[in-house]
Amino acid sequence: MKIDQSARYRASHEWARQDGAEYVVGISDHAQEALGDIVFVELPEVGRVLAQGQAFGVVESVKAASDLYAPLSGKVVAVNGALQGDPALVNKDCYGTGWMIRLAASDASQWAALMDAAAYAKEAGKE
Amino acid sequence: MAPFAGYDMPISYPTGAVEEHLVTRRSVGLFDIDHMGQLEISGSGADEFVSRIVSARILDMAVGDARYSLLLDEAGLVLDDLFVYRLAGRWWIVVNASNRASDFAWFSSRAKAEGGRVSVVDRSEDTYMIAVQGPRALELMDRLSGGAVGRTLRFASSEVAMGGIPVLFGRTGYTGEDGGELFFPADKAPYLWELLLAEGARAGIEAKPIGLAARDSLRFEAGMPLHGHEISPAINPIEAGFKWACDFEKDFVGKAALERIVAEGPKRRLVGLEVTGGVPREGYAVATREAALAGAAAQTGASAPVGTCVAGMFCPTVKKYAANAFVPPALAKIGTALAVVIHGKPREAVVVKRPLYVPAYRR
Repeated sequence: MKIDQSARYRASHEWARQDGAEYVVGISDHAQEALGDIVFVELPEVGRVLAQGQAFGVVESVKAASDLYAPLSGKVVAVNGALQGDPALVNKDCYGTGWMIRLAASDASQWAALMDAAAYAKEAGKE
Repeated sequence: MAPFAGYDMPISYPTGAVEEHLVTRRSVGLFDIDHMGQLEISGSGADEFVSRIVSARILDMAVGDARYSLLLDEAGLVLDDLFVYRLAGRWWIVVNASNRASDFAWFSSRAKAEGGRVSVVDRSEDTYMIAVQGPRALELMDRLSGGAVGRTLRFASSEVAMGGIPVLFGRTGYTGEDGGELFFPADKAPYLWELLLAEGARAGIEAKPIGLAARDSLRFEAGMPLHGHEISPAINPIEAGFKWACDFEKDFVGKAALERIVAEGPKRRLVGLEVTGGVPREGYAVATREAALAGAAAQTGASAPVGTCVAGMFCPTVKKYAANAFVPPALAKIGTALAVVIHGKPREAVVVKRPLYVPAYRR
């Protein structure tokens, strides 16, 4: 299981990483491995406002469909369009080219309250 | 791993389901399918008995021939689908794992009425079954059988020696690729499995173990049914498009019911749907496009379903999201615009020609 040390995590396996004034969001290596081959990713429209913990999309693997939950409240400022043509990017590079959405957070304190890499490693290791 | 008909089966190997599918299409896939059952039927009355119980014409088969058939009840519903092999002095019938016990009971109870002229034996426990499928499958197996495999015709079988083991080789399969299915003594399974993989490595023939998920996507793309989905005890072969597997020139269990269904016309039909905007799956509702649009406009999202998906997935070779569904005959025409409800939202679907992938041996 690879863990991006610079990201913070939700127990439902989404990560968020600070990038300038915004946050990039995706799912963890642990999650993509558990899901297996990812064949479709449904993402929200740019401009949609999300509350922390709100479902913002669906990731479909060969096995099953799983909801994606916003790790932070905020407005979607970009989505990764490359996932439409190549959803397997989430399997190949979940912290890089397999990112999902970019958020303009409405409450920066939420990020600090997420699990850090060490806490998430412990949490994901329990499964 | 997942439990399947009492067996612990891998959904996928470390290769991954999509890559396993693609390996089978480009080279060789190895399938551990010991869960499949085998019934052996013999005796002086066996020919007539088998002919009456299975739907397909079988009495014209030569020794060695293998043929697809259905097993129907008196109402014409599909108890199972089978591969029937005619061997010297016996019939060898391959049945689905989940129906093995009920199929055996079905055959056995009817054989009793034959007064000792028909014997039915369940050979599943002492028989192992491996499928070797893909464009280079015959080449791989020929290296281990002195060329005996490649000399066997499509939908025929032969007794060969593979790595010194006696194997009944059937040039059949469930992927849409050429290749075959091997029946041999169960205690030789690890040896033969490893031998096939090692020979692939030695000869530079890419050969990988394939799990259940890729087995399903391969058969789905190639338009083959999976019992419990496109056919089942709640589905008749006319609506599912399997009239071709029923020989109306002979007598068989379920024939009278099927003749009635043919005369009245089926109430629904199995169609292929190509879907955009999501992954269709088993159980998802199918609606007309108009109803879906009206539902979306009314923001209810709801629309009266006209049918249900019985299978659906991402198809790795044709790179499409597709489903099989039963819909009213009026909506079954190629090109009909429908919708599949995915996570509460109607997504565009179009009736397309099946199969999505024409089997290699039919091209």
